[in-house]
Amino acid sequence: MKIFSVFDHYEGDVDAISYETVAIARKLADANNGTVVAVIMGHDVSDMAQSAIHHGADSAIVIDDATLKHFRIMAHGEALLKLAQDESPDIILLGANSNGRELAPYVAAKFGVGLASDCVDLEIDNGSLLATRPALAGNVMAKITFKKGTTQMATLRRRVYPALEADTSRSGDISTASAVLSEDDIPTKILGLETAEGEISLNDASIIVSGGRGVAGEEGFAPVKALADVLGGALGASRAAVDANWIPYKYQVGQTGQTVQPDLYIACGISGAIQHLAGMKTSKIIVAINKDPDAPIFQVANYGIVGDLFKYVPALTAEFEKRLK
Amino acid sequence: MEIVALMKQTPDTAQLSQRMDGLKLMAKGGPRIVNPWDEYALEAGIRLVEEHGGVCTILSMGKPETMEALKTGLAMGGKKTKAVFLGDPKFENSDSLCTARILAKAIQKVGDVSIVLAGKSAIDGDTANTAVQVAALLGMPYLGYVVEIKEVNVEEKTITVVRALEKGRETVTTTLPAVLSVLKELGEPRYASFMGIRKAAKAKIPRWGAKTLGLSPNEIGANGSLVAWPDVSLPPVKDANLEIIEGEPDEVAKVLADKLLAEKVI
Ligand SMILES: Cc1cc2nc3c(=O)[nH]c(=O)nc-3n(C[C@H](O)[C@H](O)[C@H](O)COP(=O)(O)OP(=O)(O)OC[C@H]3O[C@@H](n4cnc5c(N)ncnc54)[C@H](O)[C@@H]3O)c2cc1C
Repeated sequence: MKIFSVFDHYEGDVDAISYETVAIARKLADANNGTVVAVIMGHDVSDMAQSAIHHGADSAIVIDDATLKHFRIMAHGEALLKLAQDESPDIILLGANSNGRELAPYVAAKFGVGLASDCVDLEIDNGSLLATRPALAGNVMAKITFKKGTTQMATLRRRVYPALEADTSRSGDISTASAVLSEDDIPTKILGLETAEGEISLNDASIIVSGGRGVAGEEGFAPVKALADVLGGALGASRAAVDANWIPYKYQVGQTGQTVQPDLYIACGISGAIQHLAGMKTSKIIVAINKDPDAPIFQVANYGIVGDLFKYVPALTAEFEKRLK
Repeated sequence: MEIVALMKQTPDTAQLSQRMDGLKLMAKGGPRIVNPWDEYALEAGIRLVEEHGGVCTILSMGKPETMEALKTGLAMGGKKTKAVFLGDPKFENSDSLCTARILAKAIQKVGDVSIVLAGKSAIDGDTANTAVQVAALLGMPYLGYVVEIKEVNVEEKTITVVRALEKGRETVTTTLPAVLSVLKELGEPRYASFMGIRKAAKAKIPRWGAKTLGLSPNEIGANGSLVAWPDVSLPPVKDANLEIIEGEPDEVAKVLADKLLAEKVI
């Protein structure tokens, strides 16, 4: 059994989901006498191959080309497609980050193979991939089965499977392959790239502190942000706060925002509409601070504080400042 | 300019409650809405028509009740919109690739389409595969997570947009025809006018089935699908065991800090 584990990176930094993906590929391979091949596409990325092997791959294939410097679905898609056609892996795994969720369906469509998206568990059952994935905003869980005899593809949700510690004694073959499209063949051109500086993306954050209607205005986010900063976490928001223009949309957690799964989610002044819960209720530990003891957020919370967030949030910030010094 | 907006009808998750769980909501006859993300796609389509002329055709594949979603769309868009229902029992249980195949054929049948708009994902299936696969099958460039359309150059057949990345933003240009999936920042969907709703209620919406689209039964539906979802269940209930911490802010902060450090989440 040959498993491809596709790496993703942003401006030269490997996305953590790539290590989680190669770790679950390792688990599947170990249980089924298989091998894990890391696939790395980019420009000046050859050192990622060694790191992929240290994190669980048996070997790595690097496609290093100037056209692949930034992610472009067609350029990356055609390169991965050709590699898949040449090597016929049994399984292709990618991380379910934004690039992976574009690249995987592109390759699946062109290759004519099945794809299970945003999976929270992967097993091999009877020689075939069996994927578990949430649907309907986490309100149902589905087992996805594949037609036999073709390559099977899946993307893995962030933070559901732990990466392996790097083991520098691991070694393996590193080979290269070529890009398929030349710059002239690629219709899409990137004109500008603007990196959000000094912010932790909601997707990567292991701690998120969110504010809702209860913060009562733009300034009300200051104590929420102070707590997030002291904890080294990211700032989030409910739709009510975003719709009121107190905070930009990119912070929105919930059904029409981002789905997150941090270790710790602190909800400040968020009532917990079902659409918000859909985006965060699988967080490991949830703390809710709300004036209203009947707020639905308490139904999913592990710890609750019934009271004024403007009193309790600064007290928490001060306490953690002391403890985490 | 011919525009297509892809629209799926989905269960109305706002109706979830203790009594209405995920499985009951998905079951036949449950409350349905236009997939919230697709309202943004349709709004973008109507705005493009307002700026560049032409018409925005709403395509929706689904069960017969999908007609309601199409009428909601027509009520929003009025004369700037047309609708086609892609309905056939043979389409049922299509995986995302079969769904994309049906939509791609329908887009070709609409003809001369410059921009195909889709939502970020459907809140029920939530694969986010379909629009990418439509683009792949039609050989059109795909631009995902679009938050702003900067320019559409009709003569030169190009489009320039801003995309939201996980760690930043990207300004990118490509050739038309193209497929775009859009995010909320593109603009709030308009409300349907009373007249719009009345007209849409009476609209005759054509239905295209497998035969009309020239699709054979083995490339669509359960037959053509490469994945299946035979086992759908309720997620395990999280045993939250809510613990309310009471007291003055300083005391509460101490207790909570102890607990969170003990949980090893900080
Ligand atoms: C519980 C469950 C799990 C599933 N898991 C998978 C899976 O892992 N892999 C898989 O291939 N299939 C899966 N499916 C099937 C999948 O839901 C259908 O193929 C569906 O038709 C398209 O996928 P989606 O709902 O995820 O839409 P998405 O791909 O998330 O939709 C993206 C956009 O495409 C457009 N669009 C999608 N569907 C339609 C439509 N019917 N008509 C018009 N426009 C549309 C809309 O603009 C939408 O915003 C699953 C279905 C269920 C019920």
